[in-house]
Amino acid sequence: MTHAELSHAQRCDRIRANPKFQRLVRSRSRLAWSLSAAVLGTYYLFMLVVAFQPALLHAPLGEGRQLTVGIPVAAAVIVLSWLCTGWYVYRANTRFDALGADLLAELK
Amino acid sequence: MMRLRTLGTACLALAPLGVLAAPFVAEKQPVNLHAIAMFFVFVMGTLAITWWAARQTKSTSDFYTAGGGISGFQNGLAIAGDYMSAATLLGLSSLVFAKGYDGFVYTVAFFVGWPIITFLMAERLRNLGRYTFADIVSYRLDQTQIRTFAAFGSLTVVCCYLVVQMVGAGQLIKLLFGLDYTTAVIVVGVLMLVYVIFGGMIATTWVQIIKAVLLLAGGTTLALLALAEFGFSLETLASRAVASHAIGWSIMGPGSMLADPINAASLSLGLVFGIAGLPHILMRFFTVPNAREARKSVFYATGFIGFFFLVVMVLGYSAIVIVGTDPQFFVDGNVKGALIGGGNMVAMHLAKAVGGNLFLGFLSAVAFATILAVVSGLALAGASAISHDLYATVLKKGTASQKEEMRVTRIATVGLGLVAIGLGILFEKQNVAFLVGLTFGIAASTNFPVLIMAMYWRNLTTRGALAGGFAGLATALVLVILSPAVWVSVLGHAQAIYPYDHPALFSMPLAFLVIVVVSRLDRSARAERERAAFDDQFVRAQTGLGAAAASSH
Repeated sequence: MTHAELSHAQRCDRIRANPKFQRLVRSRSRLAWSLSAAVLGTYYLFMLVVAFQPALLHAPLGEGRQLTVGIPVAAAVIVLSWLCTGWYVYRANTRFDALGADLLAELK
Repeated sequence: MMRLRTLGTACLALAPLGVLAAPFVAEKQPVNLHAIAMFFVFVMGTLAITWWAARQTKSTSDFYTAGGGISGFQNGLAIAGDYMSAATLLGLSSLVFAKGYDGFVYTVAFFVGWPIITFLMAERLRNLGRYTFADIVSYRLDQTQIRTFAAFGSLTVVCCYLVVQMVGAGQLIKLLFGLDYTTAVIVVGVLMLVYVIFGGMIATTWVQIIKAVLLLAGGTTLALLALAEFGFSLETLASRAVASHAIGWSIMGPGSMLADPINAASLSLGLVFGIAGLPHILMRFFTVPNAREARKSVFYATGFIGFFFLVVMVLGYSAIVIVGTDPQFFVDGNVKGALIGGGNMVAMHLAKAVGGNLFLGFLSAVAFATILAVVSGLALAGASAISHDLYATVLKKGTASQKEEMRVTRIATVGLGLVAIGLGILFEKQNVAFLVGLTFGIAASTNFPVLIMAMYWRNLTTRGALAGGFAGLATALVLVILSPAVWVSVLGHAQAIYPYDHPALFSMPLAFLVIVVVSRLDRSARAERERAAFDDQFVRAQTGLGAAAASSH
């Protein structure tokens, strides 16, 4: 085993032992999985309505209107899931990256 | 009757991706000089970029990943350029034109995979990978076996998708430019070879960026011109569309296309998770300097793609009024009959109606550019699987010099280009819609399960990954053969044995199940080592410690 490999393994061990690493992992996976659940949940709920209750989406937006509820709903699925993406990227680029940079700095 | 309905649904359901592959053999149109002139300008511009890129491309890292020097915003545009094929513009707008709201539902399915890639994959892809997604899968597993398998999965997906694009390109160009089918396929193939061989990832990225900008600008302009006809009121657009369409009010709500819940579920699983298994899309995450830029790039890409999809919906509904009631766009002027040039030409007719011949020429050139950008990305992904995975790592065990590896990449690209041209010509009159089902089915049931488990599941072992990957591959393949798109349309049987269009609902869970069971049962010493290695992989995935850095230019 070469010297470089040894020190890489040691560095990994030291990062894992750092409580900040635990915090980084926990908060990142909580955010990532809940946003995934929110996006997929919204989408499959939408698909369930399409398959089993199409009339809900086919209702006019108002008295005498031709636009239906389905149009803004489908557009909202796209826009909201994009906003979720934005929220994740914002959190990751500020909070998670700062934690990660701290961890790497403490190795030195 | 039943059979006809299923067949009709099958063709439509596959239409947006396979649009260009749909079962029509386009009539050759008169030579379109505007379109050819504008396309010529695009080709000259991109060739100049390729010349510049060739001088920047010195190492394998430059070639495969542009040295990791693409910014998040640029990469976001390039991802959007890689993903939005001509099928998106033409297929989805035609689907809304024909079916109304069902087209919108379908479009949403194409989109939802992107946020999931952002949350669960983008940063890990960048932190763990270098050139290909096989880097990640084989990070702690057996290099030889897993890389061979992953390269095989990549190549299958790349080849299927290349054929779809080539056949589509030939038909489309024949229609739009009035060129001969074979000439069109050869032009696309040769240009693709030039971009990839000389300019590598740098040139491919810029071709994709330019194409994305052109497509977004062209689509938006077209939508604005179309909306102007309705005084920019969506309500007016909706009421006139309802009044113009044969099925009237039905276009404003879910219809027959997704009425079968199992079919809809299988389709959406395949589309949502298939994106995360397309090698040319995954490869784009290695071109940015770090995980931060990788995340930003999906955010931008998702925004561009979402925006463009909404624009396409406006195009589809506007076309119902503007194109659907204008006899000049129908064969023999019969508005109840067939559209001139086939059902996929809706967006093009709309461009002519609201913007005249010049705008039609512009949009045709954009469609051609679009195909070029997508096939270049595919060829690069396929070539890197051959040279980086199979040649440099499996065959040479990492001892190949950069020069040798680059040489093999270029040979592989030429090989793929010839295969694409050859199959493109061979499949001219074939209905290749099944290849779309196959592409996304294999991506979702082979590449995606193995990749996500390698990233997230400590207990994954080489045996588990191989067994699960092969189970997904075989099931997807068999189900596509038994599906209406092959069993009925290609082989001519009366009734499909597997009645749904997409295999993912069955093949994807099966792949996961086999991966889990076989990995759990694996008690070998190698399996223990592989599980133990997860800890270090996890640290790198989370922090980027030891991740491949960007090369300096």
